Amino acid sequence: MSDDTLATARPAAEARAGVPPARSLPQRLRGAALPAAVLVALLALPFYVEVFWLRIGLFAMAAAVGALGLTILFGAAGQLSLGHAFFVAVGTYGYAFLSGEEQGHVRGLGLPPLAAAVSATLLAGLCGLLFSPIAGRLRGIYLGIASLGLVFLGHHLLLNARPVTGGYDGRAVEPFSLGGFTFSDASDLILLRVPFGAVESLWYLFLAVTAAATLVARNVLRGRPGRAFRLVRDSEVGAATMGVRVDRTKASAFVLSSMFAGVAGVLTALAFQRAVPDYFDLHLSIDFLAMIIIGGLGSTSGAIAGATFVIALPIVLARYADALPLIVGPGQNGLDASIAAQFVYGALVVAIMLTRPGGLSAMVTAVRDRRARAAPPTPAPTPARDSVRRTP
Amino acid sequence: MTHLLELIANGVSLGLLYSLITLGFVIIFKATRVVNFAHASFLLLGVYVVAAAQPRLGFAAAAVLGLAVTGLLALVAERLLIARIDQRDHHAMAIVTIGLNVVLTAELTRRLGERMLPLGAPWDGHVVHLGPLSLPLTVVITVVAVPLLIGGLTALLTLTGWGLAMRASIADAEGAALVGIRLRRVSALAWGTAGLLAATAGIGLASFPNPGVSVSLGAVAIAAFPAAIIGGFDSLGGAIVGGLIVGVVQVLVSGYQDALSFLGLGVGDVVAYLVMIVVLLWRPSGLFGSKEISRV
Repeated sequence: MSDDTLATARPAAEARAGVPPARSLPQRLRGAALPAAVLVALLALPFYVEVFWLRIGLFAMAAAVGALGLTILFGAAGQLSLGHAFFVAVGTYGYAFLSGEEQGHVRGLGLPPLAAAVSATLLAGLCGLLFSPIAGRLRGIYLGIASLGLVFLGHHLLLNARPVTGGYDGRAVEPFSLGGFTFSDASDLILLRVPFGAVESLWYLFLAVTAAATLVARNVLRGRPGRAFRLVRDSEVGAATMGVRVDRTKASAFVLSSMFAGVAGVLTALAFQRAVPDYFDLHLSIDFLAMIIIGGLGSTSGAIAGATFVIALPIVLARYADALPLIVGPGQNGLDASIAAQFVYGALVVAIMLTRPGGLSAMVTAVRDRRARAAPPTPAPTPARDSVRRTP
Repeated sequence: MTHLLELIANGVSLGLLYSLITLGFVIIFKATRVVNFAHASFLLLGVYVVAAAQPRLGFAAAAVLGLAVTGLLALVAERLLIARIDQRDHHAMAIVTIGLNVVLTAELTRRLGERMLPLGAPWDGHVVHLGPLSLPLTVVITVVAVPLLIGGLTALLTLTGWGLAMRASIADAEGAALVGIRLRRVSALAWGTAGLLAATAGIGLASFPNPGVSVSLGAVAIAAFPAAIIGGFDSLGGAIVGGLIVGVVQVLVSGYQDALSFLGLGVGDVVAYLVMIVVLLWRPSGLFGSKEISRV
């Protein structure tokens, strides 16, 4: 997927003029070819690939939707939030509670899954709205720390609101169903000799949701709201003089990103088929932050790539622990795969901020620009810095 | 009544330790405009070194080693990472510290695992009886030593040359550079000092009645964040007040947990964040923080 949401990703002159480069039809077709090929490959994947990889894909897509929300909030609007895990939890438990049946001491409303999923997303947005009086008044870093509080308070609520959340042990999640088809192992659909259990059918559901979320995020970032977000990030005073209502813009970025987190929460619930409080702690928020930094701040394709990397790394390392030097499987004496993954991505975050703050997407853009101009008279533009830099 | 007094004494002692962490945090922020998300892992590293070296070196030498390692680490982090980033880019600097925190925490988790290392401090296990009150010796030492330490720090900042340089560069970095103050040295010093403060606080936090050094100590240290916000992020006095508020409230709420059961189990661990959110709604820049002024 190409990405030129940021004016800075284009050659500098065009960006200054504020005019997108006019593209001829063949160019556009070529631009669309890659996403189309990727989409076809993704659609065909369940017929060729083991369940293990598909399951990683499910988690990666769930995370990608959340990362898209955070990249709008932090990448575009410059609001650093460490509370993302809280809104993901709202989505997860919202869905589990609204769609769940009553079992034991755990309550549920038994709504149809689609209605529950939509309401859970709205609920996450509502929570974002309730927090936005704080979010709207605080700047970048202050918000980051204030939103830390949400994670801790949220975790406390998850442990204690037992009728809704099931307490420490969590609660089971109803499988999704749409028009009589249930996305679970119970379905006996077989296509091309591949049994369509939970993972295969969820794959297509997740793919559709992720594609939709990506489109929404791209349109927001490219359109008027995205421009307002970036203006507020770069200069609040400047934005106010241009007629952007700063507080409202910040609050709306926050609500929007909470809703993305809510969708991510619903997807997480469906992928895990169980909701456990300890998943939604500070680590999850930091994971989301690492995803968008590794991918490149403010870029939708970067968010997806970063999410895939951060999610897949520990699982893949654990799987190939025997073949890899240094790393051992869980329970053995040595470097645990999950800790090894933490080393890798923590160091990567530091290295990226020190050398190429634009992350993966900036590297891809730089390579593409260099190739486009066979002998570049000027060095490739560094979109890198600008995507995070704020004017003093 | 004795119960209340004991709780208050414990709370003040915990609050003073939080104040030390928060002070380091605020010093770093004032000197370099970095929100140091790695502060909690600095602290954990410090006490880990103390606990790991203590059986061989004895407590005093181990404590000195722990302080030195943490101060040095903070210094190196500033030199190698923070100093290489555009100093106006506050977000990038904060993110680098988050990355550093991930790596440090991973390493300490690898080394500690589920273990609980005893700190082996000479004051561990002793209880002092003051009239009707019985308090752990740690509490008494903290209540006496930390104010002395803070006083010493204040004296350094007000009376010595480097304190003057520090204050000048905080007030106006450009002006300070023009009159010949080496800003690099000031920021390195600030980071080193903050590392020392974090390790000191860590020794207090891991002492009796707490059982020792474990990974969860890092999570305790995160309470310095709300303390810093409550006090106002750029005020040294506010850092002390914020730390005290968080410590006292936390201990009181945990102490009267039975009466507050409607708030749920373990509410003492999160009450600091509740206070923080209330304070933020009331005063967005904390109790003593300076309001941000934007010049057009």
